[in-house]
This record gives sequence, structure tokens and C-alpha cells, in this order.
Amino acid sequence: MKQTRRNFLKMAGAAAAAAAVAPASKALASYLPHYIHVEPNHDALQAKRWGMVIDTRKFHGHEDFKPLIEACHKYHNVPDISGKKEIKWLWTDHFHAVFPSAGTHMEYLSHDVEEREYLLMCNQCKNPPCVRVCPTKATYQREDGIVIMDMHRCIGCRFCMAACPYGSRSFNFQDPRPFIAEQNTKYPTRMKGVVEKCNFCAERLAEGLMPACVEASNGKLVFGDLEDPDSDVRHALAENFTIRRKPELGTGPSVFYII
Amino acid sequence: MHDGGKILAGLIVFLGLMTFPFWYNVGSAAYKSPELQLPPKSKATKCVESAEWMKGEHMQLLDHWRDYVVRDGNRVYTSREYGSHFEMSLQKTCMECHETKEKFCDRCHNAAAVDPYCWDCHIAPKEGK
Repeated sequence: MKQTRRNFLKMAGAAAAAAAVAPASKALASYLPHYIHVEPNHDALQAKRWGMVIDTRKFHGHEDFKPLIEACHKYHNVPDISGKKEIKWLWTDHFHAVFPSAGTHMEYLSHDVEEREYLLMCNQCKNPPCVRVCPTKATYQREDGIVIMDMHRCIGCRFCMAACPYGSRSFNFQDPRPFIAEQNTKYPTRMKGVVEKCNFCAERLAEGLMPACVEASNGKLVFGDLEDPDSDVRHALAENFTIRRKPELGTGPSVFYII
Repeated sequence: MHDGGKILAGLIVFLGLMTFPFWYNVGSAAYKSPELQLPPKSKATKCVESAEWMKGEHMQLLDHWRDYVVRDGNRVYTSREYGSHFEMSLQKTCMECHETKEKFCDRCHNAAAVDPYCWDCHIAPKEGK
């Protein structure tokens, strides 16, 4: 082959490219296993869209909520802090705080309904505003509808807290560990500077278990697949009148309240 | 050379500073890999992959595990070395056998002066069980 300038440049370029790629591909090959095989747990519960129905008629007074809240907070290592730095996954409030728009349109509301406490948690919205605003995609929506946080990615900007119309999110203003009475070693804690919220017990569903609050509720909460017409939640919805929190905002909550 | 003396003096000072780490450490003992406390034989005789591979690649493995579990919802890992299945969990799988963080994780990490933030959230096993 005649050695022209053109050929020389071509060869030089090819050689440089090969030299650049060789170590990179070698490094890759040294890590990548021959195959990586990962799969979900075979016992995992699956759904197209997880949802919950809360029968508010079955709760009489604050004592009835306590075992549920305790079960959740113990399992997820939620610190016990009171005041402005409170961290909550599961909590309660009264009618006008929970259903503000419904309240303003109602005259002569039943005393019982007005006085009752209602169990609150992340609504696992179908159209979650917290997911839209998260700059790092730490909060995202899974295919089964659960709005979940990847704590490894949370930078603590708190956009999600501003976006959530339900106050479902809490910020760790301080290291939560001193405020956790008894650590559950099956679940991590959080650190200072991250946001946290209810995750519909995604880690328990993956093991084939119902959420901790549902398990502790003795049938007062119904949990299941909203898109399966034969599921318990759909039966509960078909047989009872239910409302959701602030439906006019278009977030599409997956938590329903039988009034 | 008008400023030869100054240049030479400058060069000598420069070389002296540059090579400081070498002659400062002359005579001190060479780096020794820290001794790790491995899991008791009753718990496990091998890790999810070969020990040699884990030594070099556990950080990438853990990084991938967290994405498989948190982002994709896959929780079961098949060992490419042994074909056996493991739940991908730092607290429930790794630390179940490696009962001590101080005598296993920390010894190397301290020697290598790396400070992974796993334990800011993940709960380490109680020491001295």
C-alpha cells in the first residue's frame, strides 16, 4: 500500500481509538459478571395499582388508631419527635382538616362525622405532584402505582413537601436516630437532611406481607388492587360510599374513606 | 546565565518538596492489609461471590444491588459464581453473616481512608454479640 498522508492519518486515528477503548472495555469486562440475574421475590404481592379503603366508621376515638400508627412507626424506624420537627408516616386529624373542600360545602353536617378522627397517610396519588417536582428523581412512581422514595438520591430540597397538598411528607431536621426507641434491624433509618413518607409498605409487599397498618387494623383497612374488579378494595368501594381527600386537585389519591 | 544561582537554588527546593513524601517515609513499615474478622464458619463459608472478586468489586455490587431493589423492585440475586440465590439486602443479607462492622468493614475502609455513607441510614449489627 502506498503510504500517503491520508492513509497515515487514518491509521493513526484508528490506533488512537483502539488504545482509548481497550482499557475501558477491559475494566468493564472485569466487573460485569457473565450474566447478571436478578428477579423479584416469588412470594411478592403484585398489583396494577395498589389502593386502600379506610372504614372510618369502625374507629372510635384516638385509642383505635394507636396500634396502627405504632405498628407502622416501629417497623419503619420512624422517630418519635413532637413539635415542628415531627416525623410522621401515619397520623390522624379531624374532618375539616382532612376534607376541607367537602366541609365548606356542607351545612348541618352530622356531628359524628365532624367530630371523628381520620387516619392519614401518603395518598399514593395516581398523578403525584411530588414526583413532578423532584429534581433528582428520588421520589418516583412505580408501575404498581406506589409513590416511593429512593433515599440514596434525596438531597433534601423539600420541593416535594411544597408540592404535596396532603402534608404527607416530613423533613429530617436532625439526626433521627436518638429519637428511635427500638430499632428494627430489618429496615434502615433515615439521616439528617432527607424527606420521608409512607411507602405503602413496598418492602413488606415484596415479601408477600400486607402493609403493617392493614395487618394491625383487624379489617378496618382494606388493601388491594384498584384495577382488579374482584379485589377486596373494589368490593369495599362498590358497596360503600367513599370520598377521597381534595379530589378537585386532580392528584387521584389511591386512599379512599368510607364515611 | 545571569541568575544561575537563584534558578539552581529554586530547583533544589522544588525537587526537595516534590520528593518529600518519599524520603519522609523511608524506613517506615510498608502498608499491610488489615486483618479482617470473617464470619464464623457456622454462618457461612463463602460470600455471594468469590472472596477475591468481592474484595475488588463489592462497592459496585452494592451500588447495583440498591438500584435493582429500590428502583426495579428485584430483590433476589443469583450468584454467578455459585448459582445460589440471595436477597439483595445490606442489613438482612450481608450483615447477617458479617456480624461486625468495626472488625470487617471499618478496618479496610479506615486503612484506605474511605468513608462510605451506608451507615448514616443502614443499621449496623450490634458490636460484641
